[in-house]
Amino acid sequence: MAADSPLMALFGRSPVKPMQEHIQIAHQCVTKLLEFYDAAVDKDYEAAEEVRQSIIDLENKADVLKRDIRAHLPNSLFMPVPRSDLLELLTMQDRLANAAKDISGVMLGREMVIPKKIRKSMRKYLISSIDTSERALTALRELDELFETGFGSKEVKLISGLILKLDKAEHKADEYEIKVRRQLRVVEQDYPPIDIMFVYKVIELIGNMANYAQRVGSRMQILLAR
Amino acid sequence: MSIIAEYGQWFIIMVCVFGFLMAWGVGANDVANAMGTSVGSRALTVKQAILIAMIFEFAGAYLAGGAVTDTIRKGIIDPVLFGSSPELLVYGMMSALLAAGIWLVIASIMGWPVSTTHSIVGAIVGFAAVGVGVDYVNWSKVTSIVSSWVVSPVLAGVISFLIFRSVHRLILDRSDPFTAAKRWVPMYMFFVGLLMSMVTLLKGLKHVGISVSFVEAFLISCLIGVVVMSLGAAMLTRIKLDPEENKDFRFTSVERVFAVLMVFTACSMAFAHGSNDVANAVGPLAAVYNIVASGGLVASKSAMPSWILILGGGGIVIGLATYGYKVMGTIGRKITELTPSRGFAAELGAAATVVIASGTGLPISTTHTLVGAVLGVGLARGISALNLRVIGTIIASWIITLPAGAMLAIGFFFMFKGMFS
Repeated sequence: MAADSPLMALFGRSPVKPMQEHIQIAHQCVTKLLEFYDAAVDKDYEAAEEVRQSIIDLENKADVLKRDIRAHLPNSLFMPVPRSDLLELLTMQDRLANAAKDISGVMLGREMVIPKKIRKSMRKYLISSIDTSERALTALRELDELFETGFGSKEVKLISGLILKLDKAEHKADEYEIKVRRQLRVVEQDYPPIDIMFVYKVIELIGNMANYAQRVGSRMQILLAR
Repeated sequence: MSIIAEYGQWFIIMVCVFGFLMAWGVGANDVANAMGTSVGSRALTVKQAILIAMIFEFAGAYLAGGAVTDTIRKGIIDPVLFGSSPELLVYGMMSALLAAGIWLVIASIMGWPVSTTHSIVGAIVGFAAVGVGVDYVNWSKVTSIVSSWVVSPVLAGVISFLIFRSVHRLILDRSDPFTAAKRWVPMYMFFVGLLMSMVTLLKGLKHVGISVSFVEAFLISCLIGVVVMSLGAAMLTRIKLDPEENKDFRFTSVERVFAVLMVFTACSMAFAHGSNDVANAVGPLAAVYNIVASGGLVASKSAMPSWILILGGGGIVIGLATYGYKVMGTIGRKITELTPSRGFAAELGAAATVVIASGTGLPISTTHTLVGAVLGVGLARGISALNLRVIGTIIASWIITLPAGAMLAIGFFFMFKGMFS
């Protein structure tokens, strides 16, 4: 015969841990791309398809988690940060997983062949984009500490430093992108134009992925600046 | 007069049973709220919380429960006004107890969050105003009690806000929070000891026959504070920094330091709760006892025998042991989002407010005060997600509980009146 205590109703579910879990999964999607790329370059599209399947599974998992977080953030919740900022951060995190799915989708769908001359720098470019996502993950790992310190100035400074590194990583990815495009332009005449169109498309998508990672950082910066 | 002489024994037995059942209900439901925060933040297991609650609820009830009991007994309605017909006061107090008790059972079955304090105050005001006469109620006292229901959560919120800001400043926002925690946490323990002993010395010990001056009380309290602090410091030496556990979350060791502090604030919370809520059960009992013991003379100056407070304290402890532990477990599981560094701030703010109210003789709701305290920590950006809808629920529970307690009390009042005269 226990009455529902107002204390029980008072505590909402903290979004912090689920947010961290979400970007962890999104980043897993992103890291799988390297394995996928290597298989694709070897023209082993069977192995690539397997990797692609695991990316899809992870992306679904991230989607479920995203919906769950949203469902547990009703309007009546009182949080140290605006609810809308948190939800936008979540959207950006989710785009990372989507980007990984898109890249693997385009490459697998056309069973793409990457021109030999750009393979090496293309791989470097991909690694640098994955690295940007990793840096976003590192910044998000500090989210629980940020809440624990009650948005302490020391913690804010630490995260600002991490976001700066993230920005630099994105910049590096940009430079690789320019390099790959330049190299591709030299050899593009030797391949069927439609194929080359899609290589350009994949280059663009990898760049987008780094961009989303950077935007995760800037959303987090908005959370800090108060 | 003859009615009292004739049925006096029966009245005492009945009111003792009602009072005991009420105390049982307080122990079964209310204590769980006071201690749930400690269980939720995993600073204490349910077993440890029960043990602490038993000792300190009883101590609070016995040592500092007198002032609020007096308010319930002779503050809301003045017994002197019943000079010519003391039996009306007896019926009234019995019906108030019965009404509040039954209302709490109904509310519990339905799952409504209601407060024991509000039901008993509503019931007393109800039977006096309708059953006897509007003039019999001390309305200025009632006004101050009702306004204290608004003030207490706000005050607790302000205190907790300030405590959490100080924790943020002194410990959490430092380059070495673990060392800072070890340095400053004993200071908070000192304040816990100081606060509890101050109220006990100044307000509580009168009925035990000891009275001390303010300066004496302050000095003794400081001494007790130092003793509490050294005890805490000794417990803290066992807490070591463990780099392994801090890998994923850098504040795990820091939180373990706060968990030790929370043992102390849990004690103060139980003490505060006992000092305020025991009155809900034993206030009416004391009123009836006085009338019957004096053979129908209503003397407002009469002292309250301490066995009444012991009966109330005992009832709370038994309620806790037979049923309260279940509720405590339920509440503890639901509020896991509260970490010790927050939980202690909320508990200390709430305990301070409740103890001050107990000293002033104001019956307030411990649970609502605790909710206010948690919101205060939330406003200091300390808690990641709080549901503000609960404020509406609390206000709704006031609006429902007061008339419900009053109506039931009026019904029982006329029933008793018909039965005995």
